[in-house]
Amino acid sequence: MLADKDRIFTNIYGWHDSGLKGAQARGDWDKTAAILKRGHEDVIEEVKASGLRGRGGAGFPTGLKWSFMPKEVGARPHYLVVNADESEPGTCKDRDIIRHEPHKLLEGCLVAGFAMRAHAAYIYIRGEFVNEARRLEAAIEEAYEAGLIGKNASGSGWDFDIYLHRGAGAYICGEETALLESLEGRKGQPRLKPPFPAGVGLYGCPTTINNVESIAVVPTIMRRGGAWFAGLGKENNTGTKLFCISGHVNNPCNVEEEMGIPLKELIEKHAGGVRGGWDNLLAIIPGGSSTPMMPRDVCDDMTMDFDALRNAGTGLGTAGIIVMDKSTDIVRAISRISYFYKHESCGQCTPCREGTGWMYRMMDRLVRGEAEEYEIDTLFQVTKQVEGHTICALGDAAAWPIQGLIKHFRPEIERRIAMRKSVMEAAQ
Amino acid sequence: MSIDKLIAENQPESFAFTKESEAQIKKILAKYPKDRAASAVMPLLDLAQRQHDNWIPMKAIEEIANRLDMAEIRVLEVASFYTMYNLKPVGKFFLQACTTTPCMLRGSDDMMRCIKDRLDIASGETSECGNFSLLEVECLGACVNAPILQVNDDFYEDLDYETTGALLDSLEAGEPLPVGSVKGRQGSESEQGATSLTALKSSAQEV
Repeated sequence: MLADKDRIFTNIYGWHDSGLKGAQARGDWDKTAAILKRGHEDVIEEVKASGLRGRGGAGFPTGLKWSFMPKEVGARPHYLVVNADESEPGTCKDRDIIRHEPHKLLEGCLVAGFAMRAHAAYIYIRGEFVNEARRLEAAIEEAYEAGLIGKNASGSGWDFDIYLHRGAGAYICGEETALLESLEGRKGQPRLKPPFPAGVGLYGCPTTINNVESIAVVPTIMRRGGAWFAGLGKENNTGTKLFCISGHVNNPCNVEEEMGIPLKELIEKHAGGVRGGWDNLLAIIPGGSSTPMMPRDVCDDMTMDFDALRNAGTGLGTAGIIVMDKSTDIVRAISRISYFYKHESCGQCTPCREGTGWMYRMMDRLVRGEAEEYEIDTLFQVTKQVEGHTICALGDAAAWPIQGLIKHFRPEIERRIAMRKSVMEAAQ
Repeated sequence: MSIDKLIAENQPESFAFTKESEAQIKKILAKYPKDRAASAVMPLLDLAQRQHDNWIPMKAIEEIANRLDMAEIRVLEVASFYTMYNLKPVGKFFLQACTTTPCMLRGSDDMMRCIKDRLDIASGETSECGNFSLLEVECLGACVNAPILQVNDDFYEDLDYETTGALLDSLEAGEPLPVGSVKGRQGSESEQGATSLTALKSSAQEV
């Protein structure tokens, strides 16, 4: 188990003052100017050395992502955009950073923004987080008043502004280019890539979009060193990670743990175990709703990191772990996820706009067994026609959970179809 | 859903931002580059909704379009794309119930049943007394505290049938329960007490 001294988010549960004074007592904003004095490239190198991979779901190396920004600032300013549009079912970690550790995020914005030669950051927070946005806005004001951001931020000689922008209820804005569209005052519909945001992003300027957690860990990495972070976790899957454990566990909670922790250990140590014991486990969705589920036998020896989960045909995603015990109506659980993606499709690409509706309607029938067996294959084919045929990954995200269900629980779907048939026959 | 169904039939004849809102608008516009005022469309829609009983009349859409030099249809497009903008009136207590899978697994069906039993409304409807409107919504992003019911700006967490009833009572009585977990747990820590950082917790209590 990760030792408390190696935990980055020491106020994740909100026991202490989340304001500036409390944050400084926990080590935030300590000699930030000295970090910036090391220079743009040095900051990027340190983050590269830490092995930090993006915490928003894709797991792309953060330092490498920053290095895609132009080395010289031309006529177009550079922007850092922080993705705080946390909406992936099963995920609720950024909310805790924003409400309990806002200064870690703000200091991270300054350090990351400086590294990529940006003088401004926009934090895009989901609209429903009203109270969290208020807390963050208050923290921004505190940081301005203390001279930590603004002109000559923290006495570093670097000017840096941070602006908060609230969304208004659209999951799709968590997709980075949809987020940029939304920030520019339009519907959140993803852009085609290329051009990539590092070349043409917000207002047509070089932009990097990072998840809240990715940014908030940066100041600690800079203070304690990339080597410290890289020494935690596993090779290529380094550092600590906030895990959200929801669903059928005795004590759902968020917890910061080491990357690569065994799934079973994580659930038993921190979430009080699966309801009714590990043997009562049916399946787990490991990284937010879009990652395919794992049946219990796969869960037994699984470790929670990008590579192990990818090798098992699923993913770490956001590390939003949804636990389902044997009482779960597994077809309905996935059908509800299908409804989610149908509701959240932005409508831009036909395979997704139409496909998410088809998939949901078929799933809805399968919950009640109102189908013929061959339709399971038809549904699988439809998922394959949506997957990979859309501008953004929402189509994939809608397809994968269904594929996971058919792969692991086809007999259960068939059982329902057969049962309904026999009931219908008996009624005749 | 056709857009007509989203928009109220009875519309006020005029809309003007209040003095307080004007001060807010100044602050909002300062966040974005001068030639990028359209970026302010979302915060201005939110502001209009907040000063107008939690819904946005068409006159406000017109006003925002003029103000930001946008075509009205572009503002309406944004207002109808994002689910948090109400284009028709809602009750004093706007209940947004999360029923996405993590909430479903923790009993959001019971929460919904309680709302139905008590208020006799389905998603998209307003109670007879006019005080409560219900909307079934997608993941609210507080899954380890599921199920969640958002009441206007606030999240109520860890609900079941009984506590949903108690919450509705408290709203009706004008003495709402404290925001957050109805079980009284703090943030996202385990109900049985945190399993990490515990040494720090005791130091917090000493201070």
